[in-house]
Amino acid sequence: MSAYAYSVLAIIGINVMLAVSLNMITGFCGQFSLGHAAFYGAGAYAAASLAASGLPVVPALLAGIVVAALLGAVVGFASLRLRHDFLAVTTIGVSFLFVGFVRKQAWLGAEMGISRIPPSGLGSEGNALLILACALATIGLSLYVNRSWMGFSFRAVGDDEDAARTVGISVTAYKLAAFTLGTGIAGLAGGLYAYFTQFIVPDSFGFLVSVMLMAMVVIGGTGSTLGVAAAAVILTLLPEFFRFMNDYRLLVFGALLVLVVRFAPGGLAGIGRAAIARARGGGAAPQ
Amino acid sequence: MSYYLDLAFNGVVFGCMYALMAVGLTLVYGLLRILHIAHAAVYAFGAYVAVIVANGSGSLALGLAASLAAAALLGMAIYRVLYQPLLAYPPYVAMIASIGLLVLMEDGFRIAFGEQGLTFARNPYPTQLHEFAGLTVNTVQIAIIGASTLCLILLALFTSRTRIGIGWRATVSDPAMAASFGVNAIKVRYLNFAIGSALAALAGALIALLDNFVEPTMGFVVSYKALAVIVLGGLGSLQGTLVASLALGLIESYGTIFVGRFMDRDAIAFLFLIAVLIVRPQGLAWKAA
Repeated sequence: MSAYAYSVLAIIGINVMLAVSLNMITGFCGQFSLGHAAFYGAGAYAAASLAASGLPVVPALLAGIVVAALLGAVVGFASLRLRHDFLAVTTIGVSFLFVGFVRKQAWLGAEMGISRIPPSGLGSEGNALLILACALATIGLSLYVNRSWMGFSFRAVGDDEDAARTVGISVTAYKLAAFTLGTGIAGLAGGLYAYFTQFIVPDSFGFLVSVMLMAMVVIGGTGSTLGVAAAAVILTLLPEFFRFMNDYRLLVFGALLVLVVRFAPGGLAGIGRAAIARARGGGAAPQ
Repeated sequence: MSYYLDLAFNGVVFGCMYALMAVGLTLVYGLLRILHIAHAAVYAFGAYVAVIVANGSGSLALGLAASLAAAALLGMAIYRVLYQPLLAYPPYVAMIASIGLLVLMEDGFRIAFGEQGLTFARNPYPTQLHEFAGLTVNTVQIAIIGASTLCLILLALFTSRTRIGIGWRATVSDPAMAASFGVNAIKVRYLNFAIGSALAALAGALIALLDNFVEPTMGFVVSYKALAVIVLGGLGSLQGTLVASLALGLIESYGTIFVGRFMDRDAIAFLFLIAVLIVRPQGLAWKAA
């Protein structure tokens, strides 16, 4: 495989990790977050700056996870007090705040970003395989969480907080757990991205990236791990396959988002379920 | 001293612009519980129409009129095509569609009119300076303060003195009760989107005059600031929104000199938002919304 193919694979893997981890927060636990790119960026910046100052790969990646998860826990605390709409706007704020802060920090390279990130030592092939392995592990973890008691509690909190509290589920603990887990994975994705590109700038983690990730979750079908992973793969590949689309990437994302929400609110997962039900001869299935 | 006065004046100008934007958002939220993020696209749309019509016809007044009228129509179309079919779903569904529309429209502007943006062919107003009580202000700044004050007074009169305006307020506070008194809720929604969008277009056109520049992404940051404003104002409270708009304008203006070294001007709004929400999760409004 060519270097280009490996780089596409790596980007797919990173987007899958980000979308699936956002789905844990938004899809499972019902906490609307439009600031996922900020945690991705926090992980990337933590790993990159430590790696540039000489830390080996594994501790640098771990540091990325920890920094992102800590930031995620802070936002999780905010989600304990805020209503849904307030949380959406606050997480948008986190996205802007992160980029606005990093841009002005000389020790993080300000506008120029960090460019002296040492190679991971795995080569482009090894990097891509490592990222793919992490993406598969994320999907596996997400499927496992969804079937576990934790996933059950997440869904209970997402459906109706008050009802969940009544049956003895600690809403506080599970909201914080969802945010910490999801943002920790985003931090790992950020660290892997930093090693993969060896060069990061603030704008790679801006609000538009958060919107793109939310688009993957919604188009894939909010709450469905496999649907979201499929959407992440498709939405990453589309502009690669159709070169002319590269210029219209945002136009297509916007249009898909509007059309999916308007005509198939269940996303890919909803369409897939309906198709399976029809194939089994069950007639028209509900969305 | 006059430096601080200048900052205060600038803050008020931006506060007025945020107020024009945020009123529309607050009204949509009050009526439908939707965070209408695509409002920013309407703002940019208004600015583009103003520039294009003014350059084409040579008349700025015609450009402004066309911008308000086109934006009002666009607002009603957004409600009809996008929001009305989504009202049955939880509000965040409409919000996602709204984000999609914003991204779609901004990229549409970029593709249709170019990345570089457009400028007015003839725009002497930002450089017409006036000395005023020790302040140096330009014509557009005066127009922004004047127009927003006038519009908000007219809006207040409209909602308190006219039959349809009172019906509007009644629908916002209790849709079922208002409907049982014969208020046409659908008409109220169209009216709401028409007026809110026209105000956003006015803000867009005035800012286009002030900067003598429109660009595809001009609405992006402003929209999120307007969102921050309506959350600060307690979501759905008009008075709270106005106070929050002015407060944000002033805080940005002064904040730039105190924390400008640590973060962008654009990030200050959200720092302020998060700081306020930590202390008052219900926003700045004096009674809980």
